[in-house]
Amino acid sequence: MPSSEQSIDKRPWLLLSPSLLAISLLVVIPMAFILVYSFYENIDLAVDRVAFQFGNWAEVATDGYYRVAIWKTLRLSVIVTVLAAVLGYIPAYFIAMTKFRDKWLLLLLLILPFWISFIIRTLSWIHIFGNQGALNGLFQLLGLTDAPLSLMYNEFTVIVGFIHVFLPYMILNIYVSLEGIDKNLEPAARTLGATPWQAFREVTLPLSLPGLAAGCLLVFVLTGGSYVTPLILGGPSDFLFGNLIYDAIVTELNWPMGATLSFTLLLLLGLVVVVYSRLMGLNQLSKAFK
Amino acid sequence: MKKIDSTKRYEMLKERMGNGDMDRRSFFGLLGAAGMYAGVSGGIMTAMAQQARAAGTELYFEGWGGVVSEALRKHAFNPYEEATGNKVVDATFGGESEVLTKIKAAGSTNGHNILHSSGVSWYKRWVDAGYGSELNLANIPNVENVMEAIIAPFKAITPNSLSAIPYDYGTTGIAYNTKYVSEEKAKELGANLLLDKELKGKIGAWGGDWANRAWYGALQSDQNPNNIQDWDAVWDKARENRDLVLKYWSSGAELMDLLAKEEIYVTEAWSGRVAALQAQGHPIAYMDPPNGLAWMESMFVLKGSPMAEAEELLNFMLDPATAIAVAEGQKYPTSLDPNKVEMTDTIKALPAYDPTGKLDTLVFRDPVVWNEVEKEQSKQWNRVSKGG
Repeated sequence: MPSSEQSIDKRPWLLLSPSLLAISLLVVIPMAFILVYSFYENIDLAVDRVAFQFGNWAEVATDGYYRVAIWKTLRLSVIVTVLAAVLGYIPAYFIAMTKFRDKWLLLLLLILPFWISFIIRTLSWIHIFGNQGALNGLFQLLGLTDAPLSLMYNEFTVIVGFIHVFLPYMILNIYVSLEGIDKNLEPAARTLGATPWQAFREVTLPLSLPGLAAGCLLVFVLTGGSYVTPLILGGPSDFLFGNLIYDAIVTELNWPMGATLSFTLLLLLGLVVVVYSRLMGLNQLSKAFK
Repeated sequence: MKKIDSTKRYEMLKERMGNGDMDRRSFFGLLGAAGMYAGVSGGIMTAMAQQARAAGTELYFEGWGGVVSEALRKHAFNPYEEATGNKVVDATFGGESEVLTKIKAAGSTNGHNILHSSGVSWYKRWVDAGYGSELNLANIPNVENVMEAIIAPFKAITPNSLSAIPYDYGTTGIAYNTKYVSEEKAKELGANLLLDKELKGKIGAWGGDWANRAWYGALQSDQNPNNIQDWDAVWDKARENRDLVLKYWSSGAELMDLLAKEEIYVTEAWSGRVAALQAQGHPIAYMDPPNGLAWMESMFVLKGSPMAEAEELLNFMLDPATAIAVAEGQKYPTSLDPNKVEMTDTIKALPAYDPTGKLDTLVFRDPVVWNEVEKEQSKQWNRVSKGG
């Protein structure tokens, strides 16, 4: 029979208390305010009335406009996540496996873009895909086109912008996971007759899945909550749920509706996190305390 | 030579790149050099020490950025700072709704003193929201030179006092690239040039202001913009335009960038920005269609600001030499009455300039009519712009 000391282990709570305090102060309490605000009523631009009514929630639940935005957001988030996973695994694998003596230099290169403003990095694509950008210049130099091709302000450029910004997060997560794998496992598999591809597929890939899963989750949530990238690189039909929140709060000055939409996005992304963590077994991390 | 801080230097570089005045390589090269300079010279600590040494009052100004802010900084703020010892901390906003959101979120106007406010509609909104100050016009003697016609709409809203001084005016007309669109075609189509299917994917539009789109929707559906009866027809025209639009631009710098790089050939545009492009040698023409949208901008002083210093700045800005220099720089006509102050040839040649000082030829937005429908119609515009 387990002792009472074993059943009430306070260590996890002690260790987690600073984080829990920070999360409570910086996330839970502000979100509680946002939830309360979602029940207020907007009378006129920037004029709200304290109330407890469900008009904003009813509108979000019944209006197809918001469903379209949710669908567009989830769809784009999945596309960006999958592409980032595929494109991120290769450099992560290379950095983890390379015998290059100054590996830190590669990692430095990876985080170098963070030194430049996110907005500037996003704007830089205009100089690459634009009418007078590098690509069109090259095409015309090579005689492939006579006139500039319209490459900007569409879903493609939005996806490129997202991947450019979020790819380092994916690579770092996968790299950390790959770095933790025993380097003898793949050679061991090879000595047992596995081809290089089989050794990777059946040994390295499964062992790196936690990092890949964490990277996917991070990129998905970051993409789902974005609004600036479509604003800069997208055309009229390229928008995410975050853009509706921006519209409600900044252009319509309707904070109650903005609060409702913000909380809706939080619920949606939170649901994805919960489902995903159950599927991928991220909750197994808590066993570290057992 | 007056020194500028690192933040200001960065903003200027960014604006220049945004306006198409500088290529990307030069921008990043200069940015790197500025970063090294900031590091070597002590960066933020130097700035803080300078601030601590400063004895004057700080006035926080927010405006539209680009050539407009550059003109204000060069011809008004720098000389004012040298003359008075006060400091004008200027920043760029994307629109006044952003400022109102910030003030509302903070619960105070701290850090916000003077706005380059757009139109009488926003004047009414600021006053109605309780943020209007009461200017002592005795401290602003240069206001005597301001056109009566441009002050009257503001006085109609606050008959007993003013919270702002009208400073400039302009129009939102149609800009087109003469390499791809002929003057004859532009004049023939007027506002409907923005609905020309042949230009699909080469049309731009201002996405930041619902009323601007609605104004053009009214013109395109043959309605009086100040007396719209059929809003469905207005938004149908906005949808028609949306399906042809490559990009809704959201700032003057973005507008200039899109036109200069020929991403778009046609767009509605602010007269001063087009004049700036023309001055840079771009083949961009500008026209005001019949009943095109005119607007006036004011320097709005928010409640809680240091009034004596703010009034001193406004008086300084309205000095004919300063106002004319700013107008030439930002390329919008000054609010000063041409019957009282001799204008330069450059001012006289600006788009929208009215030599009579009566503004009879320009059509402005009626704030009572437009503010009344804003809650409903701005929401509608946000939906239409996104495919709704």
